[in-house]
Amino acid sequence: MELSVINDDHVEILLSDLLEQYGYDFTGYSKASLKRRIARLYSLDRAVSFAEFRYKINNDSLYFKRFVEQITVNVTEMFRDPSFFKTLRDVVLPKLGTYPFIRIWLAGCSTGEEAYSISIILKELNLLHKSLIYATDLNPIVLEKAAQGMFGMNSMKQYSENYILSGGLKDFSSYYTANYSLAKFDDELKSKIIFSTHNLVSDYSFNEFQLILCRNVLIYFDRELQQKVLNLFDESLEELGYLALGSKETINFSGITDKYKRLDSEKIWRKIER
Amino acid sequence: MKKCEAFIIGGSAGSLDVLLKILPLINAAIKFPIVIVIHRKHGTDSLLPDLLSSRTKLKVKEVDEKEPISAGTIYIAPSDYHLLIEQDRTFSLDYSEKINYSRPAIDVTFQTAAEVYKEKLACLLLSGSNSDGVNGLKSVKLWGGTALIQDPKTAQVAYMPAQAQANVKIDSVLSIEDIAEFINLLS
Repeated sequence: MELSVINDDHVEILLSDLLEQYGYDFTGYSKASLKRRIARLYSLDRAVSFAEFRYKINNDSLYFKRFVEQITVNVTEMFRDPSFFKTLRDVVLPKLGTYPFIRIWLAGCSTGEEAYSISIILKELNLLHKSLIYATDLNPIVLEKAAQGMFGMNSMKQYSENYILSGGLKDFSSYYTANYSLAKFDDELKSKIIFSTHNLVSDYSFNEFQLILCRNVLIYFDRELQQKVLNLFDESLEELGYLALGSKETINFSGITDKYKRLDSEKIWRKIER
Repeated sequence: MKKCEAFIIGGSAGSLDVLLKILPLINAAIKFPIVIVIHRKHGTDSLLPDLLSSRTKLKVKEVDEKEPISAGTIYIAPSDYHLLIEQDRTFSLDYSEKINYSRPAIDVTFQTAAEVYKEKLACLLLSGSNSDGVNGLKSVKLWGGTALIQDPKTAQVAYMPAQAQANVKIDSVLSIEDIAEFINLLS
């Protein structure tokens, strides 16, 4: 792939178009990754010129949707980082299980693999009936996929290994039925998941939660936007609630860090004061 | 080349031995950062920084996302993320699709660095069994940087540097013994 077909000026032009035309603000995203994604789409769709590419994004609402889906990274897995999910299972969720009701926000849920993973753990801990998972993403297309609860059969071996490493005790295949190349997960698992659009850049807090998970989303934001989003999470998290980030993400540089205490070894912080 | 501002090393199968041999020979007073992107299995423990750290007086660390890049430091790409370099000379990480079956992909780091450092960048491709890094070296040349490979004859797995040699105008082909000296002379 030739990266130089899209230069920094092109990126700036497209970002200001998106903001003016559609109200989507990507200006706080890390530029190198965004530029790669845009260049990738540009060559994938065989755009003839930057002007034509830009015109299509601005005037064809279907293509705009494709553009947003393609420039955001939607790669995700079930039980990715098994040790993280083991800590959820052994430490965090049992603690929250003492509450009458558990509200969880999974921010940037993409195609939903993590939402179903959490649902499986809640079910095994006998907590699913009193839990609600709000799974949000800025992108309606990935949410539609998430709501279907169907994932590629070719990923099941890996997911099953992850599940076992994360402390899962059942036969992983008991959670889905194979349908040609797709694994359809039990409807019970999504009965407590609400899939909804929410844009971390522009939308506000919408509830109070005891657990907020946002893994491998902040890496795409610059420091300023990371700070803003961490403030949003802080506003949305109850005292003694938990905040979970991706394995390379941290709250250490941010203004909220004094209110939080990190759990050993995983990127999970507990809010110890208001 | 003009004053070197970043030296990036990419490698796959057979490259760790090379790194272990050359690191002790690199002058601890080098005035640019060294960034290492090698393919490795995704695991929870990161032994690689410790292992490399034991071979050099230079500071060795795994990259933190959004970290400013400092001279005289050896940075290691974390496993299972692509490593990108931003125009403001900070690192960023990306969990997008694998490229050349690899994450981190050497191509991604070479290509984003090429646009940032332009003619003040040198990239070296070591031993390996796939063609990751070849497109990256093309970008490095396009932006005026220096493209280097380990001599395929000295590589445990010659395929990667040989592919680069066949497809990119390489500035220097280095034996293992020459690599450290080459790096020291850039300072």
